Amino acid sequence: MTTDINAEFDITNNEQLRYIAAQAADARVNVELETEGMTLNIGPQHPATHGTLRIVARLDGEQVISAEPIMGYMHRGYEKLTEVRTYPQVTTLINRIDWVGSFANEVPFILAAEELMEVEAPPRAQYIRTALFEMGRIANIMLFLGDMAVQLGGVTAIFYAFRDREFVLNQIESATGGRFHPNFNRIGGVKDDLPAGWIKETKSSMQKVRDFCDEMEDLVVGNEIFQARCRGVGIIPADVAMAYGLSGANLRGSGVDWDLRRDADSPLAWKDLDWKVWTHPDGDSFSRYWVRLQETREATYMVEQLLDGLPAGPVMAKVPRIIKVPAGESYVQTENPLGAMGYYVVSKGELTPFRVKIRTASFSNMSISPWLLEGVLVPDIATILASLYFILGDIDR
Amino acid sequence: MSTTAADDTVVEEAEVTDAVREAIAKAFADELGDAFLDQHITPGRDLWIRVDATAWVQAATFARDKLGMTWLDYISAIDWLPNPYGREMDAEQDWVVHGGGPNDKDAEEMTSGVAGGHTRFQALLRLYSIEEQIGVHIKADLDDSAPAIDTLIPVFAGATWHEREMWEMFGINIIGHPDLRVLYLPTGFEGNPLRKDYPLVSRRVKPWPGIVDVEAMPGADDDADGEATDGEANE
Repeated sequence: MTTDINAEFDITNNEQLRYIAAQAADARVNVELETEGMTLNIGPQHPATHGTLRIVARLDGEQVISAEPIMGYMHRGYEKLTEVRTYPQVTTLINRIDWVGSFANEVPFILAAEELMEVEAPPRAQYIRTALFEMGRIANIMLFLGDMAVQLGGVTAIFYAFRDREFVLNQIESATGGRFHPNFNRIGGVKDDLPAGWIKETKSSMQKVRDFCDEMEDLVVGNEIFQARCRGVGIIPADVAMAYGLSGANLRGSGVDWDLRRDADSPLAWKDLDWKVWTHPDGDSFSRYWVRLQETREATYMVEQLLDGLPAGPVMAKVPRIIKVPAGESYVQTENPLGAMGYYVVSKGELTPFRVKIRTASFSNMSISPWLLEGVLVPDIATILASLYFILGDIDR
Repeated sequence: MSTTAADDTVVEEAEVTDAVREAIAKAFADELGDAFLDQHITPGRDLWIRVDATAWVQAATFARDKLGMTWLDYISAIDWLPNPYGREMDAEQDWVVHGGGPNDKDAEEMTSGVAGGHTRFQALLRLYSIEEQIGVHIKADLDDSAPAIDTLIPVFAGATWHEREMWEMFGINIIGHPDLRVLYLPTGFEGNPLRKDYPLVSRRVKPWPGIVDVEAMPGADDDADGEATDGEANE
């Protein structure tokens, strides 16, 4: 039904056109009742903004005429800073981009550097990387699963999320030493092998995550109010999503079957696993929540498979002590918790990268928000922003 | 996992050709004619093409409509000017460990990366086809003194934020952009931070500490401090 409407108009102006038509009709009926618009400033500090995003919305009554996100409150200039850091030092910076799923941030950069150096990490290191990558995803998305309910007024879910996320974070911490900023990847492998007993504990924590997912399925997805507030709200047609470069669950929630873990040629161990990419055809806020919930559950099975199939051997390849990356350019993109994240690394054969372009998922995911928020009602702003799921550090870099 | 033998095979294949990416590069060359300047293929990995700046929008439209590359990855730019500040703000220990010295970079010439180039600024665009699982990097040389490029908003609606970032960070004018305002930087900010000649002020003000960066532990030199204070008090 949505696609039919969109076929008639210029897709980028769909909401706008409908709104203008409605306004023009109103104006014709009764000119003297014309109301003056109001500007609503949301943020920079607001629970729905996951950090310091500011949104200036122009309203007419309850309806949003235009909404504009204002970023930069947390811009740290990482692209400039990488130019004065050596390659091993860069991982410390990029850990702080998406701070809830940090381990995943390191991986594409390290892979890009390894590609230029023509180094490949040993199989065991790739398995450990993949397992921690997926655990980072679980920890990240669990926060979303609880947080989305909070945005809609259901406070309970977030407590379950925080409680059960600890089981995963504890495992990440016991392997890497850091709950949020592991800094565990090295060019050529990972820093250490897994500690004794870790595999068993991790498997039991994965069971707890699955229990949490079941709980969310009842508590949130099955909730009538949640459905009423999410279904049909913030619909993103697939072609618009593509033009804005949306990725991750936001794209899969619009029915596009694309996951870089399956589709990209990666040295990580995803290709050895038996798993499924979840999509949902609706493209609304509900479908984005639903896809993420299924992905979290799927990721727990992936972690278990990785731990069962963990190959023996070293966790570091032979790399020089002082790392100089040969001149060249490489671009590596992986399916991070928030969506596709890529690093374009230009090296001139020196200790520091010459230029690093960081392509983050949230930047593109949020760039659709002015289009998406046009014409919606005020309470839906929170729903839509929460369902797009961004981390401010991932927008501002 | 791959064995040594398998690795060898991969390398041999890679040295021969990457037919799919060759075909895409050829499609661009046929479409753009003289505006297609250069190409570079990392077999099995990636494809770069360099086009004339006048064909920037044409190349993107062609990729979207004819090659199915409907997913906008990112738009950015590269400043190829060698860093004029060199490493003179590095700590002395770093010169010892990593080699080099304060004036290492004086004689360096400007070089461009894969797919070549003749100018300081290059625009960089990546598009991706979700059906074919293949992407392309498109580069375009920009005028050094007044870098400018056409907007891609009519082709990809999501280009707007990327182009605003490119404009503020590199000072590249986006011709036809309807809303060219700062994205990250504060209003009224002067300079374009990602240009190589824009100094990283924090680094200029305070030299990088280098590998030896250990502050004295509290209590480690308490005695010395204590004596000094006592001495002053006595005087």
